[in-house]
Amino acid sequence: MSSTDGYLDMDLLRFTTAGSVDDGKSTLIGRLLYDAKQIFEDQMEAVARASAKRGSGELDLSLLADGLRAEREQGITIDVAYRYFATPRRKFIIADTPGHIQYTRNMVTGASTANLAIILVDARKGILEQTCRHTFIASLLGIPHIVFCINKMDLVNYDEAVFVQLQRDLESFSSRLEVQDIRFVPISALKGDNVVDRSTNMPWYEGPTLMYLLENIHIASDLNYIDRRFPVQFVIRPMTDEWHDFRGFAGRVAGGVFRKGDPVQVLPSGFQSTIKSIHIGEREAEECFAPQSAVITLQDEIDISRGDMLVGTNNLPQSAQDLDVMLCWFNERPLQPGGKYGIKHTSRDARCLVKEVKYKVDINTLRKAEGDNNIRMNDIGRVQLRTTVPLQFDSYSRNRYTGSVILIDEGTNETVAAGMIV
Amino acid sequence: MHSYRLTHLKELESESIHILREVAAQFERPVLLFSGGKDSIICFHLARKAFFPAKVPFPLMHVDTGHNFEETMTFRDDLVREHGVQLLVGSVQESIDTGRVREETGYYASRNILQTVTLLDTIEKYKVDCAIGGGRRDEEKARAKERVFSHRDEFGQWDPKNQRPELWNIYNGKKRPGEHFRAFPISNWTEMDVWQYILLEQIPIPSIYFSHEREVFDRDGVLYANSSFMRRKPEETPYAKSVRFRTIGDMTCTGAVDSPASTLEEIIAEVAASRVTERGSRQDDKRSEAAMEDRKKEGYF
Repeated sequence: MSSTDGYLDMDLLRFTTAGSVDDGKSTLIGRLLYDAKQIFEDQMEAVARASAKRGSGELDLSLLADGLRAEREQGITIDVAYRYFATPRRKFIIADTPGHIQYTRNMVTGASTANLAIILVDARKGILEQTCRHTFIASLLGIPHIVFCINKMDLVNYDEAVFVQLQRDLESFSSRLEVQDIRFVPISALKGDNVVDRSTNMPWYEGPTLMYLLENIHIASDLNYIDRRFPVQFVIRPMTDEWHDFRGFAGRVAGGVFRKGDPVQVLPSGFQSTIKSIHIGEREAEECFAPQSAVITLQDEIDISRGDMLVGTNNLPQSAQDLDVMLCWFNERPLQPGGKYGIKHTSRDARCLVKEVKYKVDINTLRKAEGDNNIRMNDIGRVQLRTTVPLQFDSYSRNRYTGSVILIDEGTNETVAAGMIV
Repeated sequence: MHSYRLTHLKELESESIHILREVAAQFERPVLLFSGGKDSIICFHLARKAFFPAKVPFPLMHVDTGHNFEETMTFRDDLVREHGVQLLVGSVQESIDTGRVREETGYYASRNILQTVTLLDTIEKYKVDCAIGGGRRDEEKARAKERVFSHRDEFGQWDPKNQRPELWNIYNGKKRPGEHFRAFPISNWTEMDVWQYILLEQIPIPSIYFSHEREVFDRDGVLYANSSFMRRKPEETPYAKSVRFRTIGDMTCTGAVDSPASTLEEIIAEVAASRVTERGSRQDDKRSEAAMEDRKKEGYF
């Protein structure tokens, strides 16, 4: 069973795709799936039927990606859609996010868990406002790898000069952002150039195809293995004869490695103890590491509940009620300075007050618009929050999972904003 | 120092366990929707891991169309007995008898759509605030748009164009009285992941997933199990054949596949080589291009 063995040794790459309207994003995803032979006959038949119904002569690969009725009718993507495919090397999860300005919140959603972002740029149109926005969001959400796909190269005669100029422009723009790893690939999603198969139309391009990048980019060090962080989700008390005194703390490791016998500190109480045992499913383990789900028991009986965090004693997170966050606003009702919201941070629920809007970011120039306090849907701004209880956190750039919050409108229960702690 | 790396299956497992614990922590009366199909079996297996050594802290809930494969029901009852879990049943027959829904008639009659009413009634009856389901985003295009924590209004409706943004692994389960949630812990798994995980963990599944001989008949290119629940057309003559089921639903909408695969390894090889999706044999999805989306908006699984 060599095929099974290989499958059991693959890792997972989550990526997001972003582009402006008509950049060919859905076509690119259709192309990736099609050329990687991940499309089934019945899906193909459905696409052929739908293409014919729309009167397009060619097989419209974008129809593979668009799921909702309104999307197919309008030929647009409304909501973030998740797609899956695998090659012998990796399994991929695509968060396909729409390009229109009013749905940018979905890009933020898709970006929040991604290791890599593909940003599509139309070779004819160059850098648009949305390209800047998408790149900024990818950087703000700490996506470690960004791949710019310069698409529709077939429509500019596969001209190297167009690609080189765009690469230069994008590099200059991106130098103002914090991104670890930026790549550029000239492609035609429609014709298939440099997506999975190497293009014969662009012999001047010697770099990897998009698929090669996706399969080989190094993601093993994207997580934080240094700061030990274990937010407690749930307390496990079997209260059976066999497990009479068992009191375990269930959670998912948000950073670092925890080992049996390690000293740990419980926050916010500050009590210290030692790890007595670690359980992963039914198995007892010597250690657990990010992003494993585990149950930890301690030597001492300490009152611990959901929302508390176990951390390494030598390296504590910050603890404060005043938080500086970069906030992406998702709701039609604008941010209310002085308003109160529900806030979720790891497994903790609290409330917060918007103390001050420090500035809004002009996402086209990346300049701070100081004095502009109006944070509306799709705006990004730096905001100071005061929480009802102290939160234990790291900066987002250090740890995505202990450095992120969401805000909830207490009247509608909607998730109205995502925040990255500065 | 060795490298800390999870295989993709272990990473998916970890994510699912995290989701199941969030459900248990955020809701008061969750249930796990259990059909006896492989996806709900996986969810139960993951739930056992999530809360070990304690018992799974929520009951199973089966929406019973009455048109079940006998093997699935035996499997369900054995599982309930073995693990000592509570089972809640919502009966479509009862919904028909009490006039909540009207039975479809004709050759294509199915109770699939009727299930939605029974499901919502049962959710209301037991005051369920979150129903955990084994839906996967790779199954169907409307499901690809589903959140992990998916909000339902007081009519049980899903509003796909107005879903809550879901970021990192923070799940917002806040709701008003009368509303509920659906939670999908294996959203990010594919059919292949499920089979590989069943093999890896040696998880028992109903016998009809493996090749067996059964009376079937052909309709519109799909093989259906011959049963008293389906009215055959005159030309639809049943015959014996070695088949297995790739998905398990109601007998009236689940097609069989012509297959000799009798081990998990053989099933995996078959799935890997397959040129049609798993729901390709599901009559319920073929009613229109947006069949699943329409059912889901109304409150379907």
